[in-house]
Amino acid sequence: MTEQVQKILEIADDELIVGWRNSEWTGIAPLLEEDVAFSSIAQNEIGHARALYELAARELGTTADELAFDRDPGEYRCSRLVQLRLVPDWARTIARHCLYEAADKERIGVLKESDDPDVAGLAAKIDREEAYHRMHAEMWSDRLAGEPRFTAGLEELRPLLEVRDEHVAEFADLWEEMTMVRRSVAGATW
Amino acid sequence: MIYEVFRQERKGQAFAHAGSIEAPDAVFADAYAREQYGRRGESAALWVVPRDAVHEIENFADELQKNYHRVDGYPLKEKLGKARELAAEGANALSTDAG
Repeated sequence: MTEQVQKILEIADDELIVGWRNSEWTGIAPLLEEDVAFSSIAQNEIGHARALYELAARELGTTADELAFDRDPGEYRCSRLVQLRLVPDWARTIARHCLYEAADKERIGVLKESDDPDVAGLAAKIDREEAYHRMHAEMWSDRLAGEPRFTAGLEELRPLLEVRDEHVAEFADLWEEMTMVRRSVAGATW
Repeated sequence: MIYEVFRQERKGQAFAHAGSIEAPDAVFADAYAREQYGRRGESAALWVVPRDAVHEIENFADELQKNYHRVDGYPLKEKLGKARELAAEGANALSTDAG
């Protein structure tokens, strides 16, 4: 696997899992409008994961679904930050959202400069949507600035951003749930 | 705080009321309006207005029923119908004469 494919897979795993975790707020966010906004961000992230998996799948001779759902839990390269189940802690959820969006901006910026036009093109497309995620993260971070629970969340979560080798315990449950339907009818074409 | 959202479907068209949203301030209102009324490509632009800024006016005095003051004041349909009838009669009369 080339370094670039590895990187794309890493980002795809992050996007899929952060999308999954953010979607856990659907129906229970602090206010209805936020519920809609945050669910929409979650859905965008999973959409980005799908596009990135497709790109990686072409190089690896497999499919996006197989990459997303048929690997063993240990093969996922997502950061510890995105694996944590943070419901019902909104302050830490927003802390993760801010840390994640800031880091994501950097690496999507790098992909935009790729020599591979498919990679650069997809990165540019993703970045146009991410701009709204960043706006959303910034408005919340401005609003919660100085809130002790938010500040503590940032401190606690920041070091987890680049830890990818060891998964947190609750990732196993997430994987179970996430791949359950796929595993229920092995080999089915839906 | 409640904000009213107006939506323009295509460039150049009039804005129409889309709905209202609740948000703590204008920044949040913009973000929420974008999510609810703009993310499926259904809008070319949005106006987001605090509800307090909207002046509502109702109860219009029209005691004398002065229909001719209204934009839709002169209903032409009836007059046109009559004119057509007259014209048809005239034509019939002419053809009878000729026969």
